[in-house]
Amino acid sequence: MATREIKPGDPGIDPATGEFRVIAPGQTFRSITEKIVRIVLTPHTPMGWFGIFTIAGGGVTMLLVALVWLFLKGVGIWAITQPVAWGFAIINFVWWIGIGHAGTLISAILLLFKQSWRNSISRFAEAMTIFAVMCAALFPVIHIGRPWLGYWLLPLPFTMTVWPQFRSPLMWDTFAVSTYFTISVVFWYIGMVPDLATLRDRSQSKIAQYFYGMLSCGWRGSVRHWMQYETASLLLAGLATPLVLSVHTVISFDFAVAVLPGWHTTIFPPYFVAGAIYSGFAMVLTLAIPLRKFYHLESLVTDRHIDNMGKLMLVTGFIVAYGYGMEAFMAWYSADHWEAFTFWNRAFGPMGWSYWTLITCNLAIPLTTLWSRKLRTNITYMFIISIVVNTGMWFERFVIIVTSLTRDFLPSAWGTYRATKWDYMTFFGTVGFFVFAFLLFVRFLPMIPMNEIRMLLPGAKIKPKAAEAAD
Amino acid sequence: MPAREGTYGLLAEFETPGDLVRAARQAHQDGWRRMDCYTPYPVEEAAEAIGFHRNKVPLLTLIGGLLGGGVVFTLQTWISVLAYPINVAGRPTYSWPAFIVPAYEWTILWAGLSAGFGMLALCGLPSLYHPLFNAPNFRDGATTDKFFLCLEALDPKFDLIATRAYLAAFKPTSVVEVDY
Repeated sequence: MATREIKPGDPGIDPATGEFRVIAPGQTFRSITEKIVRIVLTPHTPMGWFGIFTIAGGGVTMLLVALVWLFLKGVGIWAITQPVAWGFAIINFVWWIGIGHAGTLISAILLLFKQSWRNSISRFAEAMTIFAVMCAALFPVIHIGRPWLGYWLLPLPFTMTVWPQFRSPLMWDTFAVSTYFTISVVFWYIGMVPDLATLRDRSQSKIAQYFYGMLSCGWRGSVRHWMQYETASLLLAGLATPLVLSVHTVISFDFAVAVLPGWHTTIFPPYFVAGAIYSGFAMVLTLAIPLRKFYHLESLVTDRHIDNMGKLMLVTGFIVAYGYGMEAFMAWYSADHWEAFTFWNRAFGPMGWSYWTLITCNLAIPLTTLWSRKLRTNITYMFIISIVVNTGMWFERFVIIVTSLTRDFLPSAWGTYRATKWDYMTFFGTVGFFVFAFLLFVRFLPMIPMNEIRMLLPGAKIKPKAAEAAD
Repeated sequence: MPAREGTYGLLAEFETPGDLVRAARQAHQDGWRRMDCYTPYPVEEAAEAIGFHRNKVPLLTLIGGLLGGGVVFTLQTWISVLAYPINVAGRPTYSWPAFIVPAYEWTILWAGLSAGFGMLALCGLPSLYHPLFNAPNFRDGATTDKFFLCLEALDPKFDLIATRAYLAAFKPTSVVEVDY
């Protein structure tokens, strides 16, 4: 439907570069402000929003039911047992954290690389990060069995003088994930302050003025403030970049530090980070495509964004493919009996179907088709591919955790794994929570950074007086 | 802060960032110092025009980062060596390579918190009241699409009538007097 031939004179193409435009032509400071502000300040919430909100609310309810039952009965209601003690909880944890990574990549790394096309999608990608990390952080806490003792993970001065063990990767996880969440929230909020001031100034109702007035801290757009704000944004981006790379690295240490065949490998950190960004971009597309359609944001989230995200998925997809290839190669080259068996077991063992699902979803379908610009700008195709890649990445975590754990060194210790309904309810419940939180964000906060979009408009160029008079 | 009365300053409104930058640059050259520009997005040229070149956000960030990393590294060492030594297969209690990971994360955490909240503090925010919000045209434009130059009454060169005429020479859309 939205496939477009590249024709000369196409209004969506910038004649200077031959690329798709970042923002459709003919926008002014006021028109884009009105467009974004109207979504939030309208008194009429669209019916479709309520519809999806209700469904997502159902998901949250399911999550609560699953959690209450878990707290009453214990983790035995899940399928985890020996030898698979990690199961869905850790699969979902790694999957959700990975999804968050694209948000930080868009907001921080692409900012440092001066990729100004990122501006339109950075805010909701960051929101996606925050909600994904919330979903992720839930899993280790409920997986510890006694969630009310979760605070033991923190180095707090207890009366019994027990302290955490800092030589364990699980402690590193606590620090990495909590830092990641805090910094993502700070980056997101600081970036939103000027836009909240716009909402404060544009709103008519007293309640909205108080609400956005408080949140915007009294921002008034002084250039002295702007310059410090810009410095802080750049510094936060510079800090978030090593942070995001470290978070999935630390999570991969949970596996790589263990002696288990299939886990004990040095390729894990880069391979986890690339996979994280791969699935994250898929999730950004899953969210961006319905959003731009539903809120008519095609002039701000243009084909350029979809196209570029397709390209980035192609790049990270190939890094992931290299990771898979290297795992297979090392299984043979290491001449390690257990490594070789683990690889064989993954592909041809009783759970081989999950390995081939992951190869199909992560490599076979996306990496062969995303080369085509025609397909990369086909909105329907990109939406489908984003779901496919997310599924594939979930199965990647399933394969890493379950197939490695079910059959390790001693055949007498082998087992199997079959998730229970409580596992599924918890997983789909977090998906519901994710959508629920995201819908609230879209309804009450500016989902596209207005101040950053204004900088992209032709009116923001400062010309000498003579040239301005000639316009 | 003591309660103030009277005029805060004169606020000139411009349509384009170019007009604002030219006016600000001229006013700064003419010796104005208590002045500020207000724009709906960062306009670097305007900040340079009014002589605002450096800020202290990087310094705060550096201090925050060093403190965060140092504190958590020391904490880990104290816990693992003195407070609660655990013998894991005879490994040294002071296993500093393992302590780097949390120290690295906390360097980033405290640097980031210092950058974000330090920036707000250096800007004097939150401050929910400001005299400029009294100007009738300020809230409609400053965060949307208009560009403002404010010459403040605290500047020794300020004189209500002369300054109004001075600003009018830059051909702004309007010049309004702002009260406290």
